[in-house]
Amino acid sequence: MSKKMHTTLKVNGKQEEFLAEPRELLIYTLRERLNITGPHIGCETSHCGACTVTIDGKSVKSCTMFAAQAEGAEITTIEGLGGPDDLHPLQEAFKEHHGLQCGYCTPGMITRATKLLEEIPNPTEEEIRFGMAGNICRCTGYQNIVKSIQAAATEMNAAKEAAE
Amino acid sequence: MKDEVDNREDRVANLKGMGCSRKRVEDARFTQGKGNYVDDVKLDGMLFGDFVRSPYAHARITSINTEEALKVPGVLAVLTAADLEPLGLHWMPTLAGDKQMVLADGKVLFQGQEVAFVVAQDRYAAADGIEAVEVEYEELPVIVDPFESLKSDVILREDLDPTADGAHGPRKHPNHIFTWEAGDKEPTEEVIANAEVVAEEEMYYHRTHPCPLETCGCVASMDKVNGKLTLWGTFQAPHAIRTVVSLISGIEEHNIRVISPDIGGGFGNKVGAYPGYVCSVVASIVTGKPVKWIEDRMDNLMTTAFARDYWMKGKISATKDGKITGLHCHVTADHGGFDACADPTKFPAGFMNICTGSYDIPTAYLEVDGVYTNKAPGGVSYRCSFRVTEAVYFIERMIEVLAIKLNMDAAELRRINFIKKEQFPYTAALGWEYDSGDYHTAWEKALTTVDYDGLRAEQAQRVEDFKAGKTRKLMGIGLSFFTEIVGAGPVKNCDILGLGMFDSCEIRIHPTGSAIARLGTISQGQGHATTFAQILASEIGLPADSITIEEGDTDTAPYGLGTYGSRSTPVAGAATAMAGRKIRAKAQMIAAYLLEVHDNDVEFDVDRFVVKGAPEKFKTMKEIAFAAYNQAIPGIEPGLEAVSYYDPPNMTYPFGAYVCVMDIDVDTGVPEIRRFYALDDCGTRINPMIIEGQVHGGLTEALAVALGQEIAYDDMGNCKTGTLMDFFLPTAWEVPNYETDYTVTPSPHHPIGAKGVGESPHVGGVPCFSNAVQDAFRPFGNTHTNMPHDHWRIWKMANDLGLHD
Repeated sequence: MSKKMHTTLKVNGKQEEFLAEPRELLIYTLRERLNITGPHIGCETSHCGACTVTIDGKSVKSCTMFAAQAEGAEITTIEGLGGPDDLHPLQEAFKEHHGLQCGYCTPGMITRATKLLEEIPNPTEEEIRFGMAGNICRCTGYQNIVKSIQAAATEMNAAKEAAE
Repeated sequence: MKDEVDNREDRVANLKGMGCSRKRVEDARFTQGKGNYVDDVKLDGMLFGDFVRSPYAHARITSINTEEALKVPGVLAVLTAADLEPLGLHWMPTLAGDKQMVLADGKVLFQGQEVAFVVAQDRYAAADGIEAVEVEYEELPVIVDPFESLKSDVILREDLDPTADGAHGPRKHPNHIFTWEAGDKEPTEEVIANAEVVAEEEMYYHRTHPCPLETCGCVASMDKVNGKLTLWGTFQAPHAIRTVVSLISGIEEHNIRVISPDIGGGFGNKVGAYPGYVCSVVASIVTGKPVKWIEDRMDNLMTTAFARDYWMKGKISATKDGKITGLHCHVTADHGGFDACADPTKFPAGFMNICTGSYDIPTAYLEVDGVYTNKAPGGVSYRCSFRVTEAVYFIERMIEVLAIKLNMDAAELRRINFIKKEQFPYTAALGWEYDSGDYHTAWEKALTTVDYDGLRAEQAQRVEDFKAGKTRKLMGIGLSFFTEIVGAGPVKNCDILGLGMFDSCEIRIHPTGSAIARLGTISQGQGHATTFAQILASEIGLPADSITIEEGDTDTAPYGLGTYGSRSTPVAGAATAMAGRKIRAKAQMIAAYLLEVHDNDVEFDVDRFVVKGAPEKFKTMKEIAFAAYNQAIPGIEPGLEAVSYYDPPNMTYPFGAYVCVMDIDVDTGVPEIRRFYALDDCGTRINPMIIEGQVHGGLTEALAVALGQEIAYDDMGNCKTGTLMDFFLPTAWEVPNYETDYTVTPSPHHPIGAKGVGESPHVGGVPCFSNAVQDAFRPFGNTHTNMPHDHWRIWKMANDLGLHD
């Protein structure tokens, strides 16, 4: 067994500090060590996206990254996007447009979508489908996920305009 | 007067009952990452178990040495068959009447088979322990082809008496499991021998896997102080699991609590009982600590619950003008190393005998031979009701093949052979009584909507253009018309391990007019908490928003057989309506008492009982609920509760008409789905939004199966598709937008007329996608090519037909 590594992370605004083996995967750190169970494990090969989190502004699949690689990073998971009193527009839109069924892919899906809408605030359907292709859903057939993201984009753009 | 009507409409709307697209109550937690799936369950001192698995598909185990593994830091125990044998748990019964090794007992029969169970403090320690277990294997000849298996001298199941009958009667060979027949053999053969036209085809429905995004897993916690075992898990049938655990472990059923928490998709994968469940329970008993077992994706794809793997041989006969006269089907079914199919006991080939489809076929015969091979066990209903997907694929391909033989349009061939509306209830040649249907109306609506004639004209032009070198893209028009058989089922012919396939609902109305209802089913994404409350809202007149639905905890929910085979709405939905009607009957007596009239002088109106002829005199259900708890009413017990166990008189028979239009690049083999139209008739519609979502999802799983998804083996029995790198799951990029449509033909025997819908799009979708691919190449001589139609195989179809010359 290798020497444990001192790791510091900022997760959903909270500073975390711990000793972990170099082989500890980030998804394990989040789910087992920090009890942040929104991100899920679906494939362990970076294909399904259920474990998607945002690390320093980028969408990352946390099942194939070591915690040690994230040293010093700022991480946002679904839990950091919005809660009961301040839902993120994407959380609202997925509910409103039936963008989920079993819910297992949803945390990763919504977390990825927040970055997509930062990258492309007004995406076409094609851009949404391409930009979300790293996240697999087995239930919805994606049609309502696309609809949800479009609706959230409209909502977010309107809010932005109103604020300007 | 107008005010009163508006008011009534408002009252109806306020209930959010049946027929409205109520938003899902489940979504708040899921969208905030607060779902509670089995891997989210954490208990004090919980350990983690994982398997040493066989790298060989067929081998004798000469030794297992666990010494080094036990020295690994964090490893607490290593279980082998030798440890389980004294408990009688080294083998377990399967749902199909066979038995299966929990841990390898002397030999292994498929790659990935469970050999030893390492229990450790966490997943990493378990993985280290697995590395350190030394297993010596002596390789045996591997059989991955069921036809070869039936001729081989190599006996796969040495534990079985080679000449003894199996659970389903005589066996023809030591590697043979059963022969199952339906219909009339000789008359069918005679009709086909003397027919004007006969079409024959052999088709292989490849092995695939349900692959829900969440894999299977459990947490077993044996409380030795109270003698109580709690088992959380990905169970599509929690009560059945409780009974099975009790029967095989000897723990009394009242001391076992099974909990299915949120389930991340099931699609049939989570119906069966797996070695991981048994080992976790034993490990918890041995260590005195809770033990968690969660499959990784490779474990999941390689070992738990494959689907399909049917080699089907068909003959269909007709008159010259296309009236079908007979159908003959033989299936060689590859069941892998153990027969662990999840079917009702009396149906070892599921409901494959629905293979006469939507057509009035007077004579038919079906024979299925189940065979052992060195592949993983399973044979589950992947988003379908017990082999219905295989049956519908078979008939919808046979129809196309017959149409080619007759040189007739396949839509017209279907039209002239559909069972007519006035023939329902219709008894099919293979035995089922179809409850209701109106196929012609659905078919005409579908063909008109897509402008079928226009599509055919366009396709003909495309063929001309292709021949003239103006395009390299062909156009395929895929048709399918399916009839499902779901809602298993009547206790008289449907049971699993002797448990009748009824289902249940228990309702408690609270004094302030809200309620909780518990059911024997379990949602895996279907939205039961939303839709069952809608059924109740309409039945008992309390708003759906005031009704909590609970499932999945066997200590609180009434006994039921769970959710699979589209049985929740047909069976538990019926129980819900019936329990609601019991509530209403008591409420009527209370209302009459409060209004000081005779019971028969009040009638139910949306959310209240009104005095007949005097609608201004009424008691709302809310008022009645309160009265049930605070009034001493002569002759009526206090409280307002009801329970219903519903044994359905028949299955339900949803149907639908699908059309797919595809453009296929013959040089790359890439199909582009231009249009997909899906008309579903699931009887009474409870929540149109959820129905549409189910259709989108089922079609996407159908697309996957038809266009690329498979579990493939090499000759050594190595599984070649053990990760999502090799196993095709479509992304948003590959999936089209679907057009959904419907007709409504209520089930005559179901209390609310509903039929179930979750699986229809998969059942009807697979042949539709496949037919589209095959149809594109039909003008160039293609009659039938096996799925999956991935890009390479489509390219090969084109190449074999000389289209690259």
